[in-house]
This record gives sequence, structure tokens and C-alpha cells, in this order.
Amino acid sequence: MNHLDLLTFARSTALNWALVIFVLGVTLRLFEIFGLGRKTDLAKPRSNSCGNGWRTMFTRSFPPEGMLKRDPVTYIAGYVFHVGLLVVIFLFAPHVEFFRSLLGIGWASLPSALVDALVVAAIVALGVLLAHRLNNPVKRMLSGFGDYLALAVTLLPLLTGYMAYHHLLFEYTLMLALHILSVELLLVLLPFTKLFHTFSVFISRWYNGDIFGRKGVAS
Amino acid sequence: MKQANPQDNQLGTVGEGLEQRGVTRREFLQFCTAITAMLALPPSMAEVMAAAISKAKRQSVIWLSFQECTGCTESITRSHSPTLENLIFDLISLDYHHTLQAASAEAAELSRTQSMKENEGKYLLIVDGSIPMGNPGYSTIAGMSNYGMLVETAKGAAAIVAVGTCATYGGIPKADPNPTGAVSVGDIIKDKPIINVPGCPPIPVVMTGVLAHFLTFGNIPELDNLGRPKSFYGETIHDRCYRRPFYDQGKFAQTFDDEAARKGWCLFKLGCKGPVTYNACATTKWNDGTSFPIQSGHGCIGCSEPNFWDAGPLYQALSMPASATTSMLGGAVAVGAAAGAVITWHNRSTKSAAKAAHAKVTVQELIREEK
Repeated sequence: MNHLDLLTFARSTALNWALVIFVLGVTLRLFEIFGLGRKTDLAKPRSNSCGNGWRTMFTRSFPPEGMLKRDPVTYIAGYVFHVGLLVVIFLFAPHVEFFRSLLGIGWASLPSALVDALVVAAIVALGVLLAHRLNNPVKRMLSGFGDYLALAVTLLPLLTGYMAYHHLLFEYTLMLALHILSVELLLVLLPFTKLFHTFSVFISRWYNGDIFGRKGVAS
Repeated sequence: MKQANPQDNQLGTVGEGLEQRGVTRREFLQFCTAITAMLALPPSMAEVMAAAISKAKRQSVIWLSFQECTGCTESITRSHSPTLENLIFDLISLDYHHTLQAASAEAAELSRTQSMKENEGKYLLIVDGSIPMGNPGYSTIAGMSNYGMLVETAKGAAAIVAVGTCATYGGIPKADPNPTGAVSVGDIIKDKPIINVPGCPPIPVVMTGVLAHFLTFGNIPELDNLGRPKSFYGETIHDRCYRRPFYDQGKFAQTFDDEAARKGWCLFKLGCKGPVTYNACATTKWNDGTSFPIQSGHGCIGCSEPNFWDAGPLYQALSMPASATTSMLGGAVAVGAAAGAVITWHNRSTKSAAKAAHAKVTVQELIREEK
């Protein structure tokens, strides 16, 4: 199998199966989460204001007062990483073409040089977050295999994409194939690891906001 | 093209031949300078090359055509005629080429076997076309199978130049489902140096450049891991493309020949395979440096890469899936939902079983026994 064959495999068979597992896994997990159900809360809600859940979905995106000072690394590096990741996934021209072919709709893309800079920032931020996780005793104690796995499979597509674009380590065709394969690994693992927060983060925020609202707790 | 006459091999040097044809030394040096530049050699090598080629005996060449479309031959015969490339080509001793030679039938085959005998171990073998392994009858020449002729002729060759994607990697005949069991030259011949010059067809000047290298140095140029001369196949078309800056700026043509395409914007979205295609099209160009496919508004189809025909749709961007996925995704949602329902049912029944099995604890049971 030469490099172009590997790329074709990554773009066809491997991609198809990765997407199948990804879609299947996400559907399964969502059914599982929603299917759990909750006991009916018989208590009278403390607060009558509705929309606590919806509001919390957004307010939790900002650090609570004083937290930015107490833990700047997590907040700043976390933001830089997530923004970089989202921009490169959804606003890099070749990626937009991928979504266009899959969803039938496309959108404008950003200049490659800008995306490139954000990718570098995201990779550095991920490195900083890993170092922080290893150095901070609380974070280290809370971290398990799943956390490091999630970090690794997120870093790989960023790193291979960057290296493919800049022709580093391997020649472009092989690096592009490895990049696509690393994305497929991410797709396969996403529904079954902590990376599922991609889908569950706003669901859980809504739930927390709603339940705290009922109990009259500011959230 | 001259008729097969093995005696020609003994006739004079390339330099004498050039003189006879009225080619000046200045013209010849210009040609050698161009070739050295293309081969990525230092400029000082132009003189060395000129001297070496001038003194060289006319190189005996046997050209075998197997499962091919004659496009490679068409390409090389149109190599900027009548420039020096053609003359150089003419001045090698092309002892056998069944499309170009005047001799036919037994006389043609005789010229091949005679040349093989007289230039044993010295002749250059050029092959275009793939070799069918499914059934020898799929392609024969003078009643001889392609496989048989290749093995027989390769035995006494100094080196082999596989010309075109069919000879180098199997090409279109090898495309799925490969009805003839087509294979490349390199799949069969393992004990001879092989230079792969892929392309469908290859750039004429790349073919002549490789021959010039062989005539000058008597050995084969530096090759990459796919057996291609690095000087011509060292970089992707994308990296040397004049539309490349627009790719970096995110400026793309949306349809063929739209305003953006005419302005020179990148053809990536129209399916250009330039980023994964190693060839010299963007630098040497075609038809005496006039243009190349991307310049004329059509994306690269990657014709010089192995298995390019099966590497996904020609008109879809490289980042797009190479085969359909949507139908499978609908099934995935259905299976995911069904599995999710089963898990939900399982979770709920576990919960109600736990509830049912729950025994109430009385106050008495909680009182510690005094010791």
C-alpha cells in the first residue's frame, strides 16, 4: 500500500466506518442519558422564574467571580484551546468542503494563515493544560487514564494537520492520510470517552441550572 | 524515425550527429543548461553534460509497448518539435519501437533481437504500458506475450525506463476491477535498475531529461521511494503552482471558468489533486512551456501517482469523502437508537429491580446491641 492508497483508504472505507461508529455511538449515548429519567420533584419550586436552565447554559461559559484569578491557567488555556479547535474544525477551507459534501451546506472560511496561527495557539494551550494537570496535585489526583487518552486523541489531529500543512516529518500525502486517520480515531472514541462533553456539556448545564433554579440556588 | 538498422549503433557520436544536422554548439549548450537546471544539478555541470553527450556513442534503445494507449509515444514525439530535445531523441539509436519504426512483422522483431545481441548488457530498455498477468492472450506482439517479451528483453538491458503510469504502476488497465490482471514493470523485473517516469502521459522533457542523465553519467538519477527521479518528482504540483498563494489566502474558484478561476484563484474545491501529486507540470509545463492543466483552468487529476484512477472522484476536493457515506449514516442512527433503547430498558429494569428488592429497615434494627 503506497501513501496515496493509504489516503484513499482514509477518505473512503476508514472514514465511512468511523462516521458510522461516531453517529451510532452519539445516538446511543444520548438515548442512554435521556432514558435515565429523573424522579418527579414533588417539592414546590423555590423560584418561579423560568429559563434558569437556558440561562445557565451561557453563564457557565464565563468564570465565576474571583475564579479567573485563582486558576488563570485552566480558564485562559482552556479558552484558547477550545476556540482554536472550533475555528480549525469549522472554518478551515478544506474542512468546510468536507462538511459541504456531507451536509450539503457550506459556509465561508478563514485565510489559512490565520487558522494556522490559531492551531499553534491551540496546541500550545493543550500542552500547558497537560503540564498544569500533571503539576497541580488536585488535578493530578482527579485525572485518570480517560483524561490522558482524551487529551492525546485530541492533540493528534491538531498535530498531524499542522505537520501536513507545513510538510514536516513525512511527505504531504502520508501526513494527510495520518491526519485523516487520527480524526477518525477521535470520532470513534468521542462517544465513549470524556470527549462526549462535546454533546453533553449544554445538556448538563441546562439540567444543573434548572434544578438549582427550582431549589432557589443561584447558578 | 529511422528504420531498424543495428549497424547505426556503430556510427559516430552524438556530437557528430548534431554537427551533421547543423545544430550549433551554442544551441546545444543552451539545451544542456536547461537539462542540468531541471535535474537540479549545479550550472557548471552543463559543460560537463555537453562534453559527455557529444562524445557519447549513440545509445541503443529498445522501446516496448504493452497495454497502453500510445499517449506516451504521442507525448514524446511532440516534445517541442523541432527543438533539441527531439534531436537528442533522434540521435539515440532507437532500434525497436513498434509504433514508430518503418519495419514490420519479422523484420521488426529481428531488429529487436539483433540489437539485444549486439548491445548485450548496454542497451537501454524503455517500456510503456502495463503487463497483463490474467491471461497472456490479452496482449501479444508477434505472437509473444507481453510478459515473455519483457523478461526476455530485460535480461540484457543496462537499465530500464518505465514510461507512463501504466508501466510504472499499472495505470488505468490496473484500475478496479483490473480485468486483465495488469501489473507494472517493477512488479515483474527485480534484478535491474528501473527508473519510473510516471504520468498519463509523462512530460516530454522529463523523458528526454532522464535519457540525457543516463547518456551523461552512465547511471540512473537519484530516485524517490516510488522509483521516480527526485529532480522531476521531488515536489508536489501544489507547492510549485502559481495558484498556490490563493490557496493560502482561502481564495477558491467555485465552478469551472468562473471569475475567480480566471483570476488565478485556487482550484482545490473543484477537485484538484495537486497537493498529493508529485510531478514537474507546474515548473516545466507542456508544449514548450506554454501551459499546464491547472493553468488552463482544470484541476490536476494526479495522473502520475500510483492508483490515481481509484483514488476517489476526480471532481471532488481532496478533503471530501472518497465514497458515499450518507446511506450508512441513516442505518447508524437507527441502530444507535435501538441500542440506546435496549440500554435504557436495561437501566430502568435494574432500577425497578433494586427498588423491589429494597427492604425497609426498622428502628429496632438500627439500635446497636449493647455489649
